[in-house]
Amino acid sequence: MTPKTQRDGAPAIEHSGEGPVGSFAARKLGELRDTRIHSINHAQGATVRGTMATSAGVDTDHEVLVRLYTAMVRIRVIEEEIALRYPEGKMRCPVHLSIGQEAVPVAVSSVLRPDDQVVSTHRCHAHYLAKGGDLKAMLGELYGKATGCCGGRGGSMHLFDPAAGVLLSEPIVGSSIPVGVGAALGFRQQGRDSVCVVYLGDASIEEGVFHESANFAAVHNLAVIFVCENNLYSVYTHIRDRQPSRPITAVATGHGIESEHVDGNDVEAVQAAAISAVRRARTRGGPTFLLCDTYRWREHCGPNYDNEIGYRTQAEFERWKEFDPIKRLRDRLILTGSRDEQQERQTLDAIAREVEEAFLAADAAPFPSGETIGMGLYA
Amino acid sequence: MHSARVMSAASALREAMEIALERRPEVYVLGEGVADPKGIFGTMTGLVEKFGRDRIVEMPVAENGLTGVAIGSALVGRRPVMVHQRADFALLAIEQLFNNAAKTHYVTGGRHRVPLTVRLVLGRGWGQGPQHSQALEPIFAHVPGLKVVMPSTPGEFKGLLLAAIEDDNPVIMLEHRWLHYVTGAVPQGFYTTPLDAPRRVQDGDDVTIVASSYMVLEALRAADALAEIGIEAELFDLRVLRPLRLDDIVASVRRTGRLITVDTGWRTYNAGAEIVAHVTEHAFDALAAPPLRIGLPDHPTPSSRALAAAYYPGSLEILDAVTQVCGLDRARVVGARAKLEAQRGATPIDKPDPAFTGPF
Repeated sequence: MTPKTQRDGAPAIEHSGEGPVGSFAARKLGELRDTRIHSINHAQGATVRGTMATSAGVDTDHEVLVRLYTAMVRIRVIEEEIALRYPEGKMRCPVHLSIGQEAVPVAVSSVLRPDDQVVSTHRCHAHYLAKGGDLKAMLGELYGKATGCCGGRGGSMHLFDPAAGVLLSEPIVGSSIPVGVGAALGFRQQGRDSVCVVYLGDASIEEGVFHESANFAAVHNLAVIFVCENNLYSVYTHIRDRQPSRPITAVATGHGIESEHVDGNDVEAVQAAAISAVRRARTRGGPTFLLCDTYRWREHCGPNYDNEIGYRTQAEFERWKEFDPIKRLRDRLILTGSRDEQQERQTLDAIAREVEEAFLAADAAPFPSGETIGMGLYA
Repeated sequence: MHSARVMSAASALREAMEIALERRPEVYVLGEGVADPKGIFGTMTGLVEKFGRDRIVEMPVAENGLTGVAIGSALVGRRPVMVHQRADFALLAIEQLFNNAAKTHYVTGGRHRVPLTVRLVLGRGWGQGPQHSQALEPIFAHVPGLKVVMPSTPGEFKGLLLAAIEDDNPVIMLEHRWLHYVTGAVPQGFYTTPLDAPRRVQDGDDVTIVASSYMVLEALRAADALAEIGIEAELFDLRVLRPLRLDDIVASVRRTGRLITVDTGWRTYNAGAEIVAHVTEHAFDALAAPPLRIGLPDHPTPSSRALAAAYYPGSLEILDAVTQVCGLDRARVVGARAKLEAQRGATPIDKPDPAFTGPF
C-alpha cells in the first residue's frame, strides 16, 4: 500500500484507513485565528495569554509557539540524556522513552490548568514533564532514590506528581484509563470544572477496560479527554496485526464520543484539537477522543535504536524522522523570523543546565533506607 | 452505649449504608442493581429514593472498568462503595483491585489514598452452581494493601461496613448470602467494628476452633453439642483475614493444644492453611495433636442439591474433627452426633438452615 500523505507530507497511518488530516488541521487552526487562548507555562508557574492563528504563520503568536517548542526540546534533551547515561547502569529500571512523541503531551498540557489531571502509561516521561511534573523527582525515581516521586517504589513507569496534576501512571496497558475516568467522575460529583486527560496508546483500545471506560464516560458525559497516541507498534507488533482496517476514531464514535484525528507530530494541530476538547469537557459537553499519529524513535523499552532487529524498517524510521515535531516547528519558527541561532543556543543552554543539575542531583541523592520497605502499606 | 435492636444482617447493612451516606457527602455507591427494585437483597432498599442517582450510581456491566473508576474517584477525594451481587463477578475486577487499589498508597509513598469499599456477596444454595457460589476470600487476602473482612453477625455486618467506609484503604467485605437472613442485636446509630482482629465467640479449654463467615454458625452449633458432653471449645470468628492478627489464636492453642480451622471456601490454600502454618511456627511445642483443616473439597460447586449435599461441610463434620483432634471415644460423642444429624435431617441442603435465623 502506498503511504498516504498527511499535512507536510508526514506518512499517514497506512493501516487505519483514515484520510489525510491536513485539511482538518488547517481548518482547525483557521477557526482559531484571533482566538484568545489560555496557555499555562508550568515551568514558570505563570499563566500567559497568547493569540493563536493559522498554521501558515500569519498572525501566529510567537510566544506561544516558542513555549511549545521549548517544552518539546526540553523533553527531548531529558530523554536523550537518559539514553546516554542509561548504560552507566545507575538507572536500574525499565525506561520507555518518548523521543519522537513530544508534540502530543506538550500541546495537550499547554491548554490544561494545574488542577486538571492527567493519567499515563508505561511511556509516561513526556506526559509527566509536559504537565509540569518535577524533573528531579522523575530522575530520582529512575535512579531508585529516596528523592524519586515514589521514593524508589515505582520506577519509571509509575511517575506521578499530584501538585502538577499528574495523577498517576500505570504500566499495565489500559489500567490507568478507568482511573482517569474516575477522577472526572469525582470532579463532577464535587462540582468542579477540572478535566482529566487519559493518555493511551493504540494497543490499549484493544483492552476491554478501554471500552468499559469510554462507555461510562459517555453515559455520564464526563470531562475526559482520551488522547490516543498511535505510534503503530505494540512493542514489536504492528497495528495491522492487532486491529482490523477501520478508522480508530470510529471505535470512539461507536461509544458516542466526539472524536478527532490529528497529525500527532504537528504540535499546533494537536493544540488546536485539545483546545476544542478542553472547551467541550469544561462546559459539560462530554468526553473527546483525540487520535494522534506519531512514531516512537527508539526501542520499545531501553535507550537504543532497534530498526535492525526486523519488526520495522530503517526506511520507515527515516521517513517518520523527517516529520520530527521539533524540527518541523523549528523550521517554521526560523522561516517566520521568530527564531535565530542565538535564541536557539540560549534555549538549549538553559535546558542543558537544568538537566545536568537534575541528573547530578539524582546521582548524588541517597537511596531509600531498607528499613522503610514495609512501611506505609496502609494509610 | 447505643441501644440495640434485633434485626437481620441485610437490614443492618442497609442501615449502615444510610448512615454512611448521611455522615459523609463524599460517600457514594456504585454497582449493578444498587438502584433497582430488589436493592441488592434488601441491603440498598429505598436509598436511591433518599439520596438520588448521583450517589446511588447504577453501573454498566463492566466490573473492571468501574472498579478503576471508583479508584480514580477515590484518588480525588471521593469515598466509593462498590457492590457485586456475587463475588464471582469481581473476578473481572481483579486487575484494578490488585494493581491499583492495593498498590497505589504504597507505591506513592503514602501520598495517594484509596478509600474504597467493595462488598462481595457469596452465593450458596438453590443450585447457584460453579460460578455463583465461590468463596474467594483467600485470593483477595493474599494481596498486601487490601483489607479483607467477613462478618458473621448482624451487628458486625453494620459495624464492619461502617469501619470499611471510614477506612482510608481498600477494604473487601465478603458477605455470605445466607447470613443476610440471620438476625441479631444491632446497636443504633453510627459505630464501627475495628478491622483488626478475630473475635473470640466463646471461651473453652479443650480445643480451639477458628471459623469464618457462615461457618461460624455451624461451628457454634457443633460447640453447643460438644458442651453437652463436657467438651469446651474455644471458638474464634476469624472476621478479619487481612491484616491477619493471630496472637489470640496462638495464645488459645497454647492453652488448648488443639486447633481446627473451618473455611467457607476451598480447603486448599485457604485461611486455615495460613492459620495452621502460623500456629505451628509459633506454638509447635504446645500442640497435643496435629491441627485439622475443614473446607470445601477440591472441585467446583455443583448445582444439583443431590451433589451439593456431599460438598458443604457443617456442624457434623466439625464435631467429627473435634472427635479426632481431641482423641475422643466414639461412644462419648455418639449422642451429640445423633442430635446434630437429626437437626440436619429435615433441612434441605440448598436452603438456609431455618435454625440459623438467630438472634445469636
